[in-house]
Amino acid sequence: MLTALFILFAGMAIGCSVAMVAQRNPLYSAISLIGVLLSLACLYMMLAAPFIAVVQVIVYAGAIMVLVVFVIMLLNVEADEPRRERLRFLVPAAIALAAILIGETAFILSSVPNFPTTPRPGSVGLTATVGTGLFTTYLLPFEITSVLLLMAIVGAMSLARRLRVDGNRQNRD
Amino acid sequence: MPHLSWYLALSAILFTIGVVGVIIRRNVIVMFMCIELMLNAVNLTFVAFSSFFQDVTGQLFVFIVMTVAAAEASVGLGIIIAIFRNRESLDVDDASILKL
Repeated sequence: MLTALFILFAGMAIGCSVAMVAQRNPLYSAISLIGVLLSLACLYMMLAAPFIAVVQVIVYAGAIMVLVVFVIMLLNVEADEPRRERLRFLVPAAIALAAILIGETAFILSSVPNFPTTPRPGSVGLTATVGTGLFTTYLLPFEITSVLLLMAIVGAMSLARRLRVDGNRQNRD
Repeated sequence: MPHLSWYLALSAILFTIGVVGVIIRRNVIVMFMCIELMLNAVNLTFVAFSSFFQDVTGQLFVFIVMTVAAAEASVGLGIIIAIFRNRESLDVDDASILKL
C-alpha cells in the first residue's frame, strides 16, 4: 500500500518537475512546480512528518508560489524566443552534468551496504517534538533566522523603491 | 514499505532536473523556480533521514531552509522586477553586464 503511494507521488513529482523545465510558458511552469510541492508534501506525510508537510503546503505552495505567480502575471512576458547561437553548447553540457550527477548517486546508493528499510517508531514528526527542539536545543539558529527575515524585509523594501536620476545627482522618492 | 534509498534516489532525480533547468532555461523566473526545486529535493533528503533515524534535527533544518527560501523569494523577485524595469526583458543573457 505504502509502496503504491510512494510510486504514485514520486511519479507525480518527477513528471511535474520535467514539465516545469520543458514548458515554454512561465505560468505553466509555476503550476507544475505547485504540483511538485504538493506531491512532496504527501511524501512528507508518508514519512510521518505532518508538521513539515503542512508548512510545505502553507509556505511553499501557498505564500512563495503566489508571489511567483503574481510576479509572472505582473510582468506578463510572452514565451521564450529561440536560443542564440553562442549558447547552444549549454544543452549538451546540461545533459553531461545530469548524467554525472545521476551516476554519482547510483554509485553511492549501490555502494552503501545496509540501508534501513523501515522507519523506527517514534514521535519525531509531531508538532510538539519539532517545537520543543526549536525552542530548546536550536534556539540560537531560530533567532538568527528571524534576523535573516528582517534583513530580507529591509532588502526587498529598498529594492522596491524606485531610483530616479535627475541632473547629475540621484535622489530617492 | 518504501526504503530510505528510494527517497534518496527520488531526491537526487529532482535535484538533477533542477540543475538541468537552471542550465538550459534562460527565463530568469523559471531559473528561480528551478532553484526552489533543488531546495525541495534537499528538504526531502533531510526529512527522509530524520524520519528513518528518529532525529528531529533534520526537520528543524528543513524549517530553516524554508525560511531562507521565503527570504530568497522576496528579495529575488524584487531584483527580477528591478531588472525588468531597466531592460524590458526577463532573458538572463540580456542582463549579463552589471552596468545599466
